[in-house]
Amino acid sequence: MSAHAEATHEPTHGASNRLVIGVWVTLVAITIVEVYLAYLQSTIHFSAATMLIMLIGLSVLKAALIMAYFMHLRFERFTLFLTLIPVTLFCIGMMTVIFPDSLRLLQIRLMQ
Amino acid sequence: MTEAHNDVAMDSPWSGGGSPYAMGSKKLGMWLFIVSDVMTFTALLMTYSYERLANPDWPTHVFKIWPAIAFSTTMTVVLLASSLTMVMAVAAAHRGARGAAVKWVLATMAGGLIFCGLHIAEWLHLIGEEEVRLRLFSNRLGSPLFGATFFGITGLHMTHVMCGVFYLGVIAWGYGTGRFEDEDVEVSGLYWHFVDLVWMFVFPMIYLMSVQFT
Repeated sequence: MSAHAEATHEPTHGASNRLVIGVWVTLVAITIVEVYLAYLQSTIHFSAATMLIMLIGLSVLKAALIMAYFMHLRFERFTLFLTLIPVTLFCIGMMTVIFPDSLRLLQIRLMQ
Repeated sequence: MTEAHNDVAMDSPWSGGGSPYAMGSKKLGMWLFIVSDVMTFTALLMTYSYERLANPDWPTHVFKIWPAIAFSTTMTVVLLASSLTMVMAVAAAHRGARGAAVKWVLATMAGGLIFCGLHIAEWLHLIGEEEVRLRLFSNRLGSPLFGATFFGITGLHMTHVMCGVFYLGVIAWGYGTGRFEDEDVEVSGLYWHFVDLVWMFVFPMIYLMSVQFT
């Protein structure tokens, strides 16, 4: 059997139960932080943009933990990561080009 | 090209062999489906954000601490717990412990059903509450598009959860009776974790960005 074929049968589940439970506790903790931020928003009243950046930042962290440890991406070949993730992020980034238009619409509607 | 170069090329993961990613076609297919579904949900969440930004009368104080935020936070923890049980199911399947794997998959399905139950209760509350009266194309808080985007996004996610529960049921039956292999459990786990991952964006962007604590 070639090295390539052997690699197909490599175990990919490198995460121990302890590590996985630790990741789960971290995810729940981040969720509690998010809800607390929403509570702070109602009392301190920081801007919606600040709130959005903080929440999206925490959500990206949660998504990374889920993909890396629950979906085992960290234990797959790096070529899978290179094939899937950069292009996905690029496409998501391209979708944000619509937002200047939403601000333009807002200005028009506020002037009416 | 020399023979040595040829050997290097053939041993490379990119030699055009059967499995350059060192995984089966089912698993790779599920990863590609997940990427395409990421685009679907991203487009919906971008649409929601676009409409929220462009509409001065967009409802921004919709969800009260009770029941909306309490329910949606519980739903988040339940979904995360179901992801943990799915990880245990995959680990048991890789050990060849079919009975344990099926039990963990059933526990994951229970998590999905609890999530759906809480979500429907939360929907019914928003539909029935006098101050909100949330409908698909109307509400008492502001822009009528809020209902369309809210029900569209959370409804599509709940459809994914329901499909996931059915999928896991088929996997539990098939793996328990020996018709499916451990790779099938792993592939269904990828789908389930993706459903969990999507909620990690829906929950803050829809619920936490529109909280009414007072």
